[in-house]
Amino acid sequence: MSASEHDVRRDLRRYIEDNFVLGASGPQLKDADSFLEHHVLDSTGFLELIAHLEETYGIKVTDDEMVPENLDSIDAVAAYLARKRA
Amino acid sequence: MSDPKTSASPGTPAIGPEVLRIDLLAEADRIAAWMRDALARQLHRRGLVVAVSGGIDSSLCAALAVRAVGAARVHALLLPERDSSGTSTERGLALVRHLGVAHEVIDIAPALEALGCYRQRDEAIRRVFPAYAEGWKNKIVIAGGLEGGINYFKLVVSEPGGALHEARLPIKEYLQIVAATNFKQRVRKNLDYFHADRLNFAVVGTPNRLEYELGFFVKGGDGLADIKPIAHLYKTQVYAMARALGLPEAICSAAPTTDTYTLPQGQDEFYFALPYAQMDLALWACLRGLAPEALGPALGLDAARARRVYADIEAKRRAAAHLHAAALTLLEPATA
Repeated sequence: MSASEHDVRRDLRRYIEDNFVLGASGPQLKDADSFLEHHVLDSTGFLELIAHLEETYGIKVTDDEMVPENLDSIDAVAAYLARKRA
Repeated sequence: MSDPKTSASPGTPAIGPEVLRIDLLAEADRIAAWMRDALARQLHRRGLVVAVSGGIDSSLCAALAVRAVGAARVHALLLPERDSSGTSTERGLALVRHLGVAHEVIDIAPALEALGCYRQRDEAIRRVFPAYAEGWKNKIVIAGGLEGGINYFKLVVSEPGGALHEARLPIKEYLQIVAATNFKQRVRKNLDYFHADRLNFAVVGTPNRLEYELGFFVKGGDGLADIKPIAHLYKTQVYAMARALGLPEAICSAAPTTDTYTLPQGQDEFYFALPYAQMDLALWACLRGLAPEALGPALGLDAARARRVYADIEAKRRAAAHLHAAALTLLEPATA
């Protein structure tokens, strides 16, 4: 994993924890954990995440990229960002 | 010979419109008796207030209220605003005349104007379409979910000349438009309860089963009521019962709309993702735990798409649980 990919994962985790986990009790979210299955994000939460990605990383998430494969875990988002920024 | 569109593999029940057939008049009588008992024994009120939109759900609720306690104990409210369709009000008036109930027509546009409903909505729309102005129309359309993606919303606007523009709604603008339009349902509910309090009546909530189960209502708005007589009836059954009770044809044949946005907007465009007859069957099958493979043929969907319909239903039911719930509270404080 490159240094910048490591930074992206760290920043994503901080964003998810600050905005969605909010210090709630429970096991820590792993990078591969599904946001949906762990009830971290609902559909509005995904739209917030997309706005965050567009603002923070200067990308445009197209309609057909708004799928769980790109957005449903820290791993998935990091890989998606790496592809978008390649 | 079985219909190939609805037949299922051995061991799985066939799903089709027939599963929703009920004894309509017997069920109407059962609901009316339940409403009468609830009013007298639990709610301790003398009659029922029903806000009538001109749509099928509130029309049936008003008819059931009359069946339960008689026309003299039902007070109907027609509460149009600037974006309501004129034909909705006409249908509402036709209904109250048909039922012979007391009614009032109250234009809620001035209240909405004072609260900033239209201004807040239009500001958010202009952040997406800067040219949006007086005379333009708007609606919100759901997208994504049935294609296997995340549910999101598109804003559609039309110029006075009719030219359409469409864009994905950013989250802030989506939330602001929905929050602003929710004023409409919440202002109406204020009036429902004013008249209910004044008359010592109870407020009838009008969601059908799709709306109730999947959370298609505004908390503190149309979701707030004392009694919800058709929350257990699928939309197909609501239409069938309205016809069985002889409600005006214009009401029984009207397509369900939100009547909330200025462009014509079907409920399936805004929320349900499928036309109501299909959504009814999907919810019916999902609630019974039937496999998506059994649902697919009935709706003409492949198994992958049927699974996405189920996933959408389950996500909406999870969100609806919060909308139905009373405020969260703790039981007892920590002891010293």
